[in-house]
Amino acid sequence: MNDAWLIILKRDLLLAFRRRSDVATTLFFFLIVSSLFPLGVGPEVAVLSSIAPGVLWVAALLAGMISLNRLFAADFTDGSLEQMLIAPQPLALLVLAKILAHWLVCGLPVVLLAPLIGLQYALPNDALLVLVWSLLLGTPTLSLIGAIGAALTLGVRGSGLLVALLVLPLYIPVLIFGAGAVAASQHGMSAQAHLSLLAACSLLSLVLAPLATAAALRISVE
Amino acid sequence: MLMVQGLACLRGDRLLFKNVGFELNAGGLMYVLGENGSGKSSLLRILCGLLKPEEGGVFWNGKPIDLDTDIYQADLTYIGHLNGLKDDLTALENLQISARLAGNQVDDAVALNSLAAIGVARCANLPVGVLSQGQKRRVALARLWLTRSQLWILDEPFAALDTASVDVLAARLGEHMSNGGMTIITTHQEVTIHAQSTQTLRLSA
Repeated sequence: MNDAWLIILKRDLLLAFRRRSDVATTLFFFLIVSSLFPLGVGPEVAVLSSIAPGVLWVAALLAGMISLNRLFAADFTDGSLEQMLIAPQPLALLVLAKILAHWLVCGLPVVLLAPLIGLQYALPNDALLVLVWSLLLGTPTLSLIGAIGAALTLGVRGSGLLVALLVLPLYIPVLIFGAGAVAASQHGMSAQAHLSLLAACSLLSLVLAPLATAAALRISVE
Repeated sequence: MLMVQGLACLRGDRLLFKNVGFELNAGGLMYVLGENGSGKSSLLRILCGLLKPEEGGVFWNGKPIDLDTDIYQADLTYIGHLNGLKDDLTALENLQISARLAGNQVDDAVALNSLAAIGVARCANLPVGVLSQGQKRRVALARLWLTRSQLWILDEPFAALDTASVDVLAARLGEHMSNGGMTIITTHQEVTIHAQSTQTLRLSA
Protein backbone atom coordinates (compact mmCIF):
# COMPACT_ATOMS: atom_id res chain seq x y z
CA MET A 1 0.00 0.00 0.00
CA ASN A 2 2.70 2.46 1.02
CA ASP A 3 4.62 1.20 -1.95
CA ALA A 4 2.10 2.68 -4.38
CA TRP A 5 2.45 6.02 -2.63
CA LEU A 6 6.18 5.99 -3.24
CA ILE A 7 5.77 4.94 -6.87
CA ILE A 8 3.62 7.96 -7.63
CA LEU A 9 5.98 10.29 -5.75
CA LYS A 10 9.02 8.93 -7.60
CA ARG A 11 7.21 9.03 -10.93
CA ASP A 12 6.18 12.65 -10.54
CA LEU A 13 9.64 13.71 -9.41
CA LEU A 14 11.18 11.88 -12.35
CA LEU A 15 8.74 13.58 -14.72
CA ALA A 16 9.58 16.96 -13.21
CA PHE A 17 13.25 16.17 -13.68
CA ARG A 18 12.70 15.27 -17.35
CA ARG A 19 10.78 18.54 -17.77
CA ARG A 20 13.05 20.85 -15.89
CA SER A 21 11.94 23.88 -17.89
CA ASP A 22 8.46 23.67 -16.32
CA VAL A 23 9.97 23.86 -12.86
CA ALA A 24 12.19 26.76 -13.85
CA THR A 25 9.15 28.70 -15.09
CA THR A 26 7.59 28.75 -11.63
CA LEU A 27 10.81 29.81 -10.01
CA PHE A 28 11.53 32.55 -12.53
CA PHE A 29 7.98 33.80 -12.17
CA PHE A 30 8.54 34.20 -8.43
CA LEU A 31 11.90 35.83 -9.02
CA ILE A 32 10.59 38.31 -11.57
CA VAL A 33 7.36 39.28 -9.81
CA SER A 34 9.16 39.93 -6.55
CA SER A 35 11.91 41.85 -8.33
CA LEU A 36 9.45 44.14 -10.13
CA PHE A 37 8.33 45.84 -6.93
CA PRO A 38 11.67 47.41 -5.93
CA LEU A 39 11.96 48.68 -9.51
CA GLY A 40 8.48 50.16 -9.45
CA VAL A 41 8.32 51.48 -5.91
CA GLY A 42 11.83 52.88 -5.78
CA PRO A 43 14.85 52.07 -3.67
CA GLU A 44 13.72 53.61 -0.37
CA VAL A 45 14.68 51.17 2.34
CA ALA A 46 11.85 52.08 4.71
CA VAL A 47 9.14 51.58 2.05
CA LEU A 48 10.66 48.39 0.69
CA SER A 49 11.05 46.68 4.01
CA SER A 50 7.49 47.59 5.04
CA ILE A 51 5.96 46.10 1.87
CA ALA A 52 8.36 43.15 1.76
CA PRO A 53 6.33 40.58 3.77
CA GLY A 54 3.17 41.12 1.75
CA VAL A 55 4.88 41.30 -1.63
CA LEU A 56 6.99 38.20 -1.10
CA TRP A 57 4.05 36.21 0.16
CA VAL A 58 1.76 37.29 -2.68
CA ALA A 59 4.50 36.40 -5.17
CA ALA A 60 4.86 32.97 -3.56
CA LEU A 61 1.08 32.53 -3.68
CA LEU A 62 0.89 33.36 -7.38
CA ALA A 63 3.92 31.22 -8.23
CA GLY A 64 2.31 28.27 -6.48
CA MET A 65 -0.92 28.90 -8.32
CA ILE A 66 0.34 29.08 -11.88
CA SER A 67 1.75 25.59 -11.55
CA LEU A 68 -1.48 24.10 -10.17
CA ASN A 69 -2.94 23.38 -13.60
CA ARG A 70 -0.20 20.89 -14.26
CA LEU A 71 -0.99 18.91 -11.12
CA PHE A 72 -3.61 16.63 -12.67
CA ALA A 73 -4.11 17.90 -16.22
CA ALA A 74 -1.45 15.71 -17.86
CA ASP A 75 -2.62 12.62 -15.98
CA PHE A 76 -6.16 13.39 -17.06
CA THR A 77 -5.38 13.68 -20.77
CA ASP A 78 -3.05 10.68 -21.03
CA GLY A 79 -5.27 8.36 -19.02
CA SER A 80 -2.94 7.72 -16.08
CA LEU A 81 -5.50 9.36 -13.80
CA GLU A 82 -8.06 6.68 -14.74
CA GLN A 83 -5.50 4.05 -13.87
CA MET A 84 -4.86 5.71 -10.50
CA LEU A 85 -8.60 5.78 -9.79
CA ILE A 86 -9.00 2.06 -10.40
CA ALA A 87 -5.74 1.02 -8.74
CA PRO A 88 -6.33 -1.13 -5.66
CA GLN A 89 -4.89 1.63 -3.46
CA PRO A 90 -6.54 4.38 -1.43
CA LEU A 91 -6.89 7.27 -3.87
CA ALA A 92 -6.36 9.92 -1.18
CA LEU A 93 -2.91 8.47 -0.51
CA LEU A 94 -1.94 8.58 -4.19
CA VAL A 95 -3.25 12.13 -4.35
CA LEU A 96 -1.17 13.06 -1.32
CA ALA A 97 1.91 11.71 -3.08
CA LYS A 98 1.15 13.90 -6.09
CA ILE A 99 0.67 16.95 -3.88
CA LEU A 100 3.93 16.26 -2.06
CA ALA A 101 5.75 15.97 -5.39
CA HIS A 102 4.16 19.24 -6.51
CA TRP A 103 5.32 20.97 -3.33
CA LEU A 104 8.85 19.57 -3.59
CA VAL A 105 9.07 20.80 -7.16
CA CYS A 106 7.21 24.13 -6.96
CA GLY A 107 7.01 25.07 -3.28
CA LEU A 108 10.37 24.15 -1.79
CA PRO A 109 12.49 26.01 -4.39
CA VAL A 110 10.49 29.17 -3.64
CA VAL A 111 11.15 28.71 0.09
CA LEU A 112 14.86 28.34 -0.58
CA LEU A 113 15.03 31.29 -2.96
CA ALA A 114 13.01 33.63 -0.72
CA PRO A 115 15.82 34.78 1.62
CA LEU A 116 17.85 35.83 -1.40
CA ILE A 117 14.98 37.95 -2.64
CA GLY A 118 14.39 39.21 0.89
CA LEU A 119 17.82 40.81 0.72
CA GLN A 120 16.59 43.02 -2.13
CA TYR A 121 14.05 44.39 0.31
CA ALA A 122 16.65 45.05 3.01
CA LEU A 123 15.04 42.60 5.41
CA PRO A 124 17.11 42.08 8.57
CA ASN A 125 18.49 38.63 9.33
CA ASP A 126 15.92 37.57 11.88
CA ALA A 127 13.07 38.64 9.60
CA LEU A 128 14.65 36.60 6.79
CA LEU A 129 14.70 33.59 9.05
CA VAL A 130 11.04 34.08 9.95
CA LEU A 131 10.24 34.51 6.25
CA VAL A 132 11.78 31.13 5.48
CA TRP A 133 9.97 29.49 8.38
CA SER A 134 6.64 31.02 7.44
CA LEU A 135 7.00 29.89 3.81
CA LEU A 136 8.12 26.44 4.91
CA LEU A 137 5.04 26.06 7.10
CA GLY A 138 2.64 27.87 4.76
CA THR A 139 3.45 26.71 1.22
CA PRO A 140 2.35 23.09 1.85
CA THR A 141 -1.13 24.47 2.59
CA LEU A 142 -1.06 26.26 -0.77
CA SER A 143 -0.32 23.01 -2.61
CA LEU A 144 -2.90 21.08 -0.57
CA ILE A 145 -5.76 23.56 -1.01
CA GLY A 146 -4.72 24.22 -4.60
CA ALA A 147 -5.06 20.51 -5.38
CA ILE A 148 -8.77 20.64 -4.54
CA GLY A 149 -9.23 23.51 -6.97
CA ALA A 150 -7.16 21.80 -9.64
CA ALA A 151 -9.21 18.61 -9.27
CA LEU A 152 -12.53 20.45 -9.40
CA THR A 153 -11.66 22.36 -12.58
CA LEU A 154 -10.18 19.37 -14.37
CA GLY A 155 -11.29 19.16 -17.98
CA VAL A 156 -13.19 22.46 -17.76
CA ARG A 157 -12.51 25.03 -20.45
CA GLY A 158 -10.53 28.02 -19.20
CA SER A 159 -9.62 26.12 -16.07
CA GLY A 160 -6.49 28.23 -15.55
CA LEU A 161 -8.42 31.33 -14.60
CA LEU A 162 -11.15 29.40 -12.85
CA VAL A 163 -8.71 27.71 -10.53
CA ALA A 164 -7.36 31.14 -9.55
CA LEU A 165 -10.82 32.45 -8.73
CA LEU A 166 -11.58 29.33 -6.76
CA VAL A 167 -8.38 28.98 -4.84
CA LEU A 168 -7.07 32.51 -4.20
CA PRO A 169 -9.80 33.43 -1.68
CA LEU A 170 -8.96 30.26 0.24
CA TYR A 171 -5.33 31.33 0.39
CA ILE A 172 -6.22 34.47 2.37
CA PRO A 173 -5.66 33.04 5.89
CA VAL A 174 -2.26 31.70 4.87
CA LEU A 175 -1.34 35.06 3.38
CA ILE A 176 -2.42 36.93 6.53
CA PHE A 177 -0.56 34.67 8.94
CA GLY A 178 2.48 34.31 6.67
CA ALA A 179 2.98 37.99 5.96
CA GLY A 180 1.96 38.73 9.56
CA ALA A 181 4.74 36.54 10.91
CA VAL A 182 7.40 38.42 8.97
CA ALA A 183 5.90 41.82 9.84
CA ALA A 184 5.77 40.90 13.53
CA SER A 185 9.43 39.99 13.56
CA GLN A 186 10.28 43.25 11.76
CA HIS A 187 8.57 45.14 14.57
CA GLY A 188 10.48 43.24 17.18
CA MET A 189 7.57 41.05 18.25
CA SER A 190 7.46 37.30 18.43
CA ALA A 191 6.29 35.54 15.28
CA GLN A 192 5.45 32.43 17.28
CA ALA A 193 1.65 32.87 17.18
CA HIS A 194 1.55 33.41 13.42
CA LEU A 195 3.81 30.45 12.77
CA SER A 196 1.73 28.20 15.00
CA LEU A 197 -1.41 29.19 13.12
CA LEU A 198 0.33 28.51 9.80
CA ALA A 199 1.33 25.08 11.05
CA ALA A 200 -2.25 24.48 12.18
CA CYS A 201 -3.55 25.41 8.71
CA SER A 202 -1.06 23.00 7.16
CA LEU A 203 -2.04 20.13 9.43
CA LEU A 204 -5.74 20.69 8.92
CA SER A 205 -5.40 20.80 5.14
CA LEU A 206 -3.05 17.82 5.24
CA VAL A 207 -5.89 15.76 6.69
CA LEU A 208 -8.79 17.16 4.70
CA ALA A 209 -7.40 18.21 1.32
CA PRO A 210 -6.37 14.75 0.00
CA LEU A 211 -9.83 13.38 0.79
CA ALA A 212 -11.59 16.34 -0.82
CA THR A 213 -9.27 16.17 -3.84
CA ALA A 214 -9.88 12.44 -4.27
CA ALA A 215 -13.65 13.02 -4.21
CA ALA A 216 -13.33 15.89 -6.69
CA LEU A 217 -11.21 13.75 -9.04
CA ARG A 218 -13.83 11.00 -9.08
CA ILE A 219 -16.45 13.55 -10.09
CA SER A 220 -14.24 15.17 -12.73
CA VAL A 221 -13.34 11.87 -14.38
CA GLU A 222 -17.00 10.86 -14.76
CA MET B 1 -18.27 -14.08 -11.38
CA LEU B 2 -19.37 -10.74 -12.72
CA MET B 3 -23.07 -10.01 -12.64
CA VAL B 4 -24.65 -6.93 -14.12
CA GLN B 5 -28.27 -6.00 -13.55
CA GLY B 6 -30.51 -3.43 -15.17
CA LEU B 7 -27.83 -0.89 -16.04
CA ALA B 8 -28.91 2.41 -17.47
CA CYS B 9 -26.56 5.18 -18.52
CA LEU B 10 -27.43 8.81 -19.02
CA ARG B 11 -24.90 11.21 -20.57
CA GLY B 12 -26.11 14.77 -20.36
CA ASP B 13 -29.83 14.30 -21.00
CA ARG B 14 -29.37 11.54 -23.55
CA LEU B 15 -30.17 7.98 -22.57
CA LEU B 16 -27.37 5.80 -23.96
CA PHE B 17 -28.77 2.46 -22.89
CA LYS B 18 -31.06 0.90 -20.30
CA ASN B 19 -31.80 -2.56 -18.96
CA VAL B 20 -28.37 -3.93 -19.73
CA GLY B 21 -27.78 -7.12 -17.79
CA PHE B 22 -25.56 -10.17 -18.14
CA GLU B 23 -23.51 -12.70 -16.25
CA LEU B 24 -19.91 -13.52 -17.00
CA ASN B 25 -18.34 -16.65 -15.54
CA ALA B 26 -14.76 -17.85 -15.29
CA GLY B 27 -13.36 -18.54 -18.74
CA GLY B 28 -15.98 -16.35 -20.38
CA LEU B 29 -15.45 -13.79 -23.10
CA MET B 30 -17.88 -11.04 -23.89
CA TYR B 31 -17.94 -8.81 -26.92
CA VAL B 32 -19.65 -5.46 -26.54
CA LEU B 33 -20.73 -4.33 -29.97
CA GLY B 34 -22.46 -1.23 -31.21
CA GLU B 35 -22.08 1.80 -33.42
CA ASN B 36 -19.93 4.76 -32.48
CA GLY B 37 -21.63 6.67 -29.70
CA SER B 38 -23.85 3.78 -28.62
CA GLY B 39 -22.29 3.79 -25.15
CA LYS B 40 -19.73 0.97 -25.34
CA SER B 41 -17.00 2.93 -23.61
CA SER B 42 -19.44 4.29 -21.04
CA LEU B 43 -20.57 0.74 -20.26
CA LEU B 44 -16.96 -0.36 -19.75
CA ARG B 45 -16.32 2.64 -17.51
CA ILE B 46 -19.36 1.75 -15.43
CA LEU B 47 -18.09 -1.83 -15.12
CA CYS B 48 -14.76 -0.46 -13.85
CA GLY B 49 -16.45 1.79 -11.33
CA LEU B 50 -15.19 4.95 -13.02
CA LEU B 51 -18.72 6.02 -13.90
CA LYS B 52 -21.83 5.71 -11.75
CA PRO B 53 -24.76 4.13 -13.57
CA GLU B 54 -28.09 5.94 -13.59
CA GLU B 55 -29.79 2.71 -12.56
CA GLY B 56 -28.78 -0.84 -11.82
CA GLY B 57 -25.70 -2.38 -10.30
CA VAL B 58 -22.51 -4.32 -10.97
CA PHE B 59 -21.68 -7.24 -8.69
CA TRP B 60 -18.35 -9.04 -8.37
CA ASN B 61 -18.63 -12.45 -6.71
CA GLY B 62 -22.02 -11.41 -5.38
CA LYS B 63 -20.98 -8.09 -3.86
CA PRO B 64 -21.63 -4.63 -5.28
CA ILE B 65 -18.36 -3.27 -6.68
CA ASP B 66 -18.65 0.03 -4.83
CA LEU B 67 -18.68 -1.80 -1.47
CA ASP B 68 -15.54 -3.92 -1.70
CA THR B 69 -13.80 -1.60 -4.09
CA ASP B 70 -10.23 -2.62 -3.23
CA ILE B 71 -10.90 -6.33 -3.70
CA TYR B 72 -12.64 -5.73 -7.02
CA GLN B 73 -9.95 -3.38 -8.27
CA ALA B 74 -7.24 -5.91 -7.41
CA ASP B 75 -9.06 -8.40 -9.65
CA LEU B 76 -9.47 -5.90 -12.47
CA THR B 77 -7.30 -4.76 -15.34
CA TYR B 78 -8.75 -2.00 -17.48
CA ILE B 79 -7.18 -0.60 -20.61
CA GLY B 80 -9.30 2.21 -21.96
CA HIS B 81 -9.00 4.11 -25.18
CA LEU B 82 -6.38 6.26 -23.46
CA ASN B 83 -3.11 4.43 -23.01
CA GLY B 84 -2.22 5.80 -19.60
CA LEU B 85 1.41 6.28 -20.62
CA LYS B 86 3.71 9.17 -19.81
CA ASP B 87 5.41 10.59 -22.90
CA ASP B 88 8.52 11.57 -20.94
CA LEU B 89 9.12 8.13 -19.43
CA THR B 90 10.54 5.19 -21.30
CA ALA B 91 8.38 2.22 -22.28
CA LEU B 92 10.04 0.12 -19.60
CA GLU B 93 9.51 2.74 -16.88
CA ASN B 94 5.88 3.19 -17.90
CA LEU B 95 5.22 -0.52 -17.81
CA GLN B 96 6.87 -1.01 -14.43
CA ILE B 97 5.04 1.91 -12.85
CA SER B 98 1.63 0.78 -14.07
CA ALA B 99 2.28 -2.81 -13.01
CA ARG B 100 3.43 -1.78 -9.55
CA LEU B 101 0.49 0.57 -9.16
CA ALA B 102 -1.76 -2.40 -9.87
CA GLY B 103 0.03 -4.31 -7.12
CA ASN B 104 2.39 -6.52 -9.16
CA GLN B 105 6.09 -6.41 -8.35
CA VAL B 106 8.09 -6.73 -11.55
CA ASP B 107 11.81 -6.58 -12.18
CA ASP B 108 13.45 -5.38 -15.38
CA ALA B 109 13.76 -8.82 -16.94
CA VAL B 110 10.10 -9.69 -16.49
CA ALA B 111 8.98 -6.33 -17.81
CA LEU B 112 11.31 -6.64 -20.81
CA ASN B 113 9.89 -10.09 -21.53
CA SER B 114 6.38 -8.77 -21.71
CA LEU B 115 7.45 -5.94 -23.98
CA ALA B 116 9.14 -8.55 -26.16
CA ALA B 117 5.99 -10.68 -26.16
CA ILE B 118 4.08 -7.99 -28.03
CA GLY B 119 7.09 -7.01 -30.10
CA VAL B 120 8.16 -3.67 -28.66
CA ALA B 121 11.32 -4.78 -26.84
CA ARG B 122 13.38 -2.54 -29.14
CA CYS B 123 11.54 0.50 -27.79
CA ALA B 124 12.08 -0.40 -24.12
CA ASN B 125 14.47 2.44 -23.41
CA LEU B 126 12.92 5.07 -25.66
CA PRO B 127 10.64 7.75 -24.28
CA VAL B 128 7.08 6.82 -25.18
CA GLY B 129 6.59 10.28 -26.72
CA VAL B 130 8.70 9.32 -29.75
CA LEU B 131 6.83 6.07 -30.45
CA SER B 132 4.13 5.63 -33.07
CA GLN B 133 0.46 5.26 -32.14
CA GLY B 134 0.56 1.50 -32.64
CA GLN B 135 3.75 1.13 -30.61
CA LYS B 136 2.27 3.14 -27.74
CA ARG B 137 -0.81 0.94 -27.81
CA ARG B 138 1.40 -2.15 -27.63
CA VAL B 139 3.36 -0.75 -24.68
CA ALA B 140 0.05 -0.19 -22.86
CA LEU B 141 -1.12 -3.71 -23.74
CA ALA B 142 2.14 -5.26 -22.51
CA ARG B 143 0.57 -4.97 -19.03
CA LEU B 144 -1.58 -7.95 -19.96
CA TRP B 145 1.53 -10.16 -19.80
CA LEU B 146 2.26 -8.99 -16.24
CA THR B 147 -1.10 -8.77 -14.55
CA ARG B 148 -2.54 -11.58 -12.45
CA SER B 149 -6.03 -10.12 -12.25
CA GLN B 150 -8.96 -12.24 -13.31
CA LEU B 151 -11.18 -9.74 -15.07
CA TRP B 152 -9.88 -7.83 -18.06
CA ILE B 153 -11.86 -4.97 -19.51
CA LEU B 154 -10.41 -3.77 -22.79
CA ASP B 155 -11.69 -0.88 -24.88
CA GLU B 156 -10.76 -1.33 -28.55
CA PRO B 157 -7.51 -3.19 -27.81
CA PHE B 158 -7.02 -4.10 -31.47
CA ALA B 159 -7.28 -0.54 -32.78
CA ALA B 160 -4.01 0.76 -34.28
CA LEU B 161 -2.36 -2.68 -34.07
CA ASP B 162 -0.78 -4.42 -37.07
CA THR B 163 -2.03 -7.87 -38.04
CA ALA B 164 0.85 -9.72 -36.38
CA SER B 165 0.20 -7.96 -33.08
CA VAL B 166 -3.53 -8.64 -33.35
CA ASP B 167 -2.77 -12.37 -33.53
CA VAL B 168 -0.36 -12.19 -30.58
CA LEU B 169 -2.90 -10.33 -28.47
CA ALA B 170 -5.73 -12.69 -29.45
CA ALA B 171 -3.54 -15.63 -28.40
CA ARG B 172 -2.80 -13.95 -25.07
CA LEU B 173 -6.52 -13.37 -24.49
CA GLY B 174 -7.21 -17.02 -25.30
CA GLU B 175 -4.56 -18.08 -22.81
CA HIS B 176 -6.12 -15.84 -20.15
CA MET B 177 -9.54 -17.40 -20.67
CA SER B 178 -8.16 -20.94 -20.59
CA ASN B 179 -6.67 -20.08 -17.17
CA GLY B 180 -10.13 -19.20 -15.91
CA GLY B 181 -9.95 -15.49 -16.65
CA MET B 182 -12.72 -13.32 -18.01
CA THR B 183 -12.55 -10.66 -20.67
CA ILE B 184 -14.93 -7.97 -21.75
CA ILE B 185 -13.89 -6.37 -24.98
CA THR B 186 -15.14 -3.85 -27.50
CA THR B 187 -13.92 -4.15 -31.05
CA HIS B 188 -14.86 -3.32 -34.61
CA GLN B 189 -12.56 -5.96 -36.05
CA GLU B 190 -13.22 -9.62 -36.75
CA VAL B 191 -10.79 -11.41 -34.45
CA THR B 192 -10.95 -15.04 -33.42
CA ILE B 193 -10.39 -15.50 -29.71
CA HIS B 194 -10.70 -18.90 -28.11
CA ALA B 195 -12.79 -19.01 -24.96
CA GLN B 196 -14.80 -21.55 -23.01
CA SER B 197 -17.91 -19.47 -23.55
CA THR B 198 -18.46 -16.46 -25.74
CA GLN B 199 -21.33 -14.02 -25.56
CA THR B 200 -22.18 -10.86 -27.38
CA LEU B 201 -23.87 -7.77 -26.07
CA ARG B 202 -25.19 -5.40 -28.69
CA LEU B 203 -25.91 -1.82 -27.74
CA SER B 204 -28.17 0.08 -30.07
CA ALA B 205 -28.08 3.84 -30.12
